[in-house]
Amino acid sequence: MTVVETTYREAMRAALRDAMTRDERVFLMGEDVGRYGGCFAVSMGLLEEFGPERIRDTPLSESAFVGAGIGAAIGGMRPVVEVMTVNFSLLALDQILNNAATLLHMSGGQVAVPLVIRMTTGAGRQLAAQHSHSLEAFYAHIPGLRVLAPATLEDARGMLWPALLDPDPVILFEHGSLYAVSGPLEDAAPEVDITSAAIRRAGVDVTVVAWGGCLGKALAAAETLAAEGISAEVVDLRVLRPLDSATVLASVRRTHRAVVVDEGWRSGSLSAEVAARIAEEVFYDLDAPVERVCSAEVPVPYAKHLEDAALPQAETVAAACRRAVGAGG
Amino acid sequence: MLAQMVRIRRFEEACVQLYSQTRIRGFMHLCIGEEAVAAGVMGALAERDAVVSTYREHGHALARGLPMPEVMAEMFGRASGSSRGRGGSMHLFDTTRRFYGGNAIVAGGLPLAVGLGLAERMQHRDGVAVCFFGDGAAAEGEFHESLNLAALWRLPVLFVCENNLYAMGTSIERELAVPDLALHAAAYGMPAWPVDGMDVEAVDQATRRALDDVRSGEAPVFLEMRTYRFRAHSMYDPELYRDKAEVAHWRERDPVEVFAARLRGEGVAVDEELTLVESAVAAEIAEAVSFAEAAPLEPVEDLTRFVHSEEGQR
Repeated sequence: MTVVETTYREAMRAALRDAMTRDERVFLMGEDVGRYGGCFAVSMGLLEEFGPERIRDTPLSESAFVGAGIGAAIGGMRPVVEVMTVNFSLLALDQILNNAATLLHMSGGQVAVPLVIRMTTGAGRQLAAQHSHSLEAFYAHIPGLRVLAPATLEDARGMLWPALLDPDPVILFEHGSLYAVSGPLEDAAPEVDITSAAIRRAGVDVTVVAWGGCLGKALAAAETLAAEGISAEVVDLRVLRPLDSATVLASVRRTHRAVVVDEGWRSGSLSAEVAARIAEEVFYDLDAPVERVCSAEVPVPYAKHLEDAALPQAETVAAACRRAVGAGG
Repeated sequence: MLAQMVRIRRFEEACVQLYSQTRIRGFMHLCIGEEAVAAGVMGALAERDAVVSTYREHGHALARGLPMPEVMAEMFGRASGSSRGRGGSMHLFDTTRRFYGGNAIVAGGLPLAVGLGLAERMQHRDGVAVCFFGDGAAAEGEFHESLNLAALWRLPVLFVCENNLYAMGTSIERELAVPDLALHAAAYGMPAWPVDGMDVEAVDQATRRALDDVRSGEAPVFLEMRTYRFRAHSMYDPELYRDKAEVAHWRERDPVEVFAARLRGEGVAVDEELTLVESAVAAEIAEAVSFAEAAPLEPVEDLTRFVHSEEGQR
């Protein structure tokens, strides 16, 4: 087993190549996944390797090709559908909610939909409002879906195969700012659990819950806090539905304080769900109110200083942790 | 085909009675007047073909071979229903007969059919995905996206538009800039032709010809079935948007009567046959109602079953 320097993008591509090699029913379909090489270059080179039947360029028809993915899954294939960005996925929300998530239940258990949908999410690249939003909570709201947010190289490499083995629809959210992140990764596929949150850094004073593009900011904040003598535990939520409350609650029981970081808007957000579960389940373990660090309630602006101000940042996370532990901030 | 149409007609008439007795609830959309489309298309399909239907699918389901007791039990919301009481009138499913619903979102089934056709093609099978939808679907984006995708990839999909002239209460002239539906399909480069949807033989012949074309792998085909529903859109519809004279005019073209008259003209002993059919159907309906009434309710403890697949389904 060798360890090689890899980017998140390459890890995702390796996962796709691996899945297509393991199971001939797997194919990739989406806008510009073939000749262009993928909007974020994830599928670069796969067309040459697997051909146009299995690396299938689609027209700009989100609803039709996501729905076709659902139909193909029902018909015996194992499609991976790439939706360029979460903003475009709203055009396919009908298919994802009314069909993919619903058919199994509505048919009394007959029509399972073994489909994986990958989409990019998140801000931080000065793409302005329509290309920067984090709408994971929309999908995490829907029973019948499994919603994953790989934030590490290991998860980018290892979540796709178990997602394809899942007999039900799985959505993979890839944060746009992660693709170029690089680090060492074993070249064999790690076994990744797609049902549980992961503790990325142990600590005793405060639990920081983050996922996707905010995980790195949470870890950076924990590093800063460590230098100040505050020990933050960082939980990577990673499975946004069904939520793994147990890992979060167990951590908060140990640290007695919680900060939830969410790139979505505060109102009606996943952070609201996590905070509510903490309040419902471990209220008497808390030594401080749950803090939330979310995006400002504005469409994400273009100008860098405004975009930075709209988003959670390592420093705002650290400040929330300081408030939680009563260290000022 | 005559027997099948009578069976669908009488089943739905029974449903009206049961609905008025509040034994069937929810939205219920009847296809009375449109039986020739269900009977004609389904009779021409093979078992290997996949079917995607709409919320007005009692006729499709029965003609496809879903057992009437299970369909009735589903209307009653029972555990023995074809969707274990979770679907109701609008969501009948039977995967053993490749019947994939039962979709209440107008045009929502079209992309599914495109995908089912894609799966046939990618697995080198020769099944055709047959998709039913109404004229109202033609105003939806999913209709155009799906026709384009199926034609672009030359997929084995048969699009069957049941043009009954109304999208709920909006007449086709008030919903489509171009009400000639075959023209829409032709714009995507697929063969498309209108069919007299009140004539079961015309439907049967058109479907067989279309299926031959689709199976030969050339392209999807689009059939516009010109039909009419004699009853309101749903049980809640006061039907203020069309006059009784129009309905009466179309009733003169009743698909059951038209076909029976033609057979009579050919010297077939239709009335004797109809007597037998009517009594057999009455017995089948009575049995279906007794089955549904006696069927157990799904336990409330099983409320959250089938949100995710269970071990046995993996």
